[in-house]
Amino acid sequence: MDPVSTASLEVSGLAFAYPDGHQALFGVDFTIGRGERVALLGPNGAGKTTLVLHLNGILTGGAGTVRVAGLEVGKRNMAEIRRRVGIVFQDPDDQLFMPTVREDVAFGPAAAGLKGAELEARVDRALERVGMAEFKDRPPHHLSFGQRRRVAVATVLAMEPEILVLDEPSSNLDPASRRELADILRSLDVTVLMVTHDLPYALELCPRSLVLSDGVIAADGPTGDLLADDALMRAHRLELPYGFDPRSVPAPPARG
Amino acid sequence: MGAGHSHRLYRHGHSPVHALPPHTKLAAVLAFVIVVVSTPREAMWAFAAYAVLLGVVAYAARVPAGFLLKRLLIEVPFVAFAVLLPFVAEGERVDVLGLSLSVNGLWGAWNVLAKGTLGVAASVLLAATTELRELLHGLQRLKLPPLLVQIASFMVRYGDVITDEMRRMRIARESRGFEARGIRHWGVLAKSAGALFIRSYERGERVHLAMVSRGYTGVMPVIDDVAASRAQWSYALTLPCAALVVCLLGWTL
Repeated sequence: MDPVSTASLEVSGLAFAYPDGHQALFGVDFTIGRGERVALLGPNGAGKTTLVLHLNGILTGGAGTVRVAGLEVGKRNMAEIRRRVGIVFQDPDDQLFMPTVREDVAFGPAAAGLKGAELEARVDRALERVGMAEFKDRPPHHLSFGQRRRVAVATVLAMEPEILVLDEPSSNLDPASRRELADILRSLDVTVLMVTHDLPYALELCPRSLVLSDGVIAADGPTGDLLADDALMRAHRLELPYGFDPRSVPAPPARG
Repeated sequence: MGAGHSHRLYRHGHSPVHALPPHTKLAAVLAFVIVVVSTPREAMWAFAAYAVLLGVVAYAARVPAGFLLKRLLIEVPFVAFAVLLPFVAEGERVDVLGLSLSVNGLWGAWNVLAKGTLGVAASVLLAATTELRELLHGLQRLKLPPLLVQIASFMVRYGDVITDEMRRMRIARESRGFEARGIRHWGVLAKSAGALFIRSYERGERVHLAMVSRGYTGVMPVIDDVAASRAQWSYALTLPCAALVVCLLGWTL
């Protein structure tokens, strides 16, 4: 199947103002095809988190629509939407709220009604995919930060989502954990939307990027091209790390 | 709470007592304590029999006596009150080693001491053979309001996270030369406590968000359905039943 022919995520005309009057989104439009890995870049306060919380209907009530694999986000199909959209939050301590890794990974599928051997198999498969199978019966607070982040990814994978949304996946990770997470993300066969400030990480993992600035999509294109566009980068307060030149980076490895 | 791979009170093992479903053990301990408390205090031999029963359970659970006795020390502050009773209680008095003690008070002290010790010993045995999260499953199974069980399980999960946050705040305070000395510094400590509360509250909101994102609708999904067979129930209830026989004898003899 042509990966772009079916859209995992369609956002059109999305606008939203918080109850205190602060308007965060001013008409956001974009589409992500099935199997794509896309980075969402933008300075602090650009509305990235607000946008993410619209994807699974935590925030609603503004203008515009969000569709996940054709299904519109709304009150009636909220359970299905939350199963299809897996959000990995920034702090794994917020994401991992059950006493053991196993129970945490089982939480989502169990809430969707899975039981017994089927549930167990789902948990094992999700932990397998992030290389954390041997930590199944550990309490989450005894894992390293990198391991906790991987388990957080597993908790979402266990729901077999249509799209995986990662909020700052590389934050607080040491270089080795960062690389391990990149290998895992590359090996997954799901659509990924990655919200990040970590531009080299976006370049490494995502062929395509969106720039969200002041509540609108300011640019949409191949990550390498966007990062090489100095004027665009400066206009939206995006800065590359010292000494990093996107033009000198070899082409990212192909999907594993 | 919840530190280490398991709680300090828990003693890892594979005894038949460890293997019992948690809710049967909870019910057994509760019934045992009720029976002990309703025994007349004059039936001293009955309390000895209860102690023997607990000893048998500890043997079956392979919990060494030293482990059990050391953990019984938690009772000491509560027992201090019982020691005072013979001195302050009214009524008929008796001379012991030149001290004038109240007979009523002596019986009262014995009552508190014996029943308290047996209750604590039973609870320590329960905690030594049941992991904290299993206890929570057991409470859920025994139809404790789910909200209470959820609050308790979040306490287990986040106790360490919040203690850690508290420690980081203390280090930050001390790194800037603060030392809590005397009443003038209480304001700073109170503000830290307030900040900790707000941080924990905000964390609570983020955790809720993460739960809702994974399909939480107010009820925790059942992940481990711990069912107990009739044999397991009768095995667990042997303790309170034996105790009940002793208690009835205590009333009739």
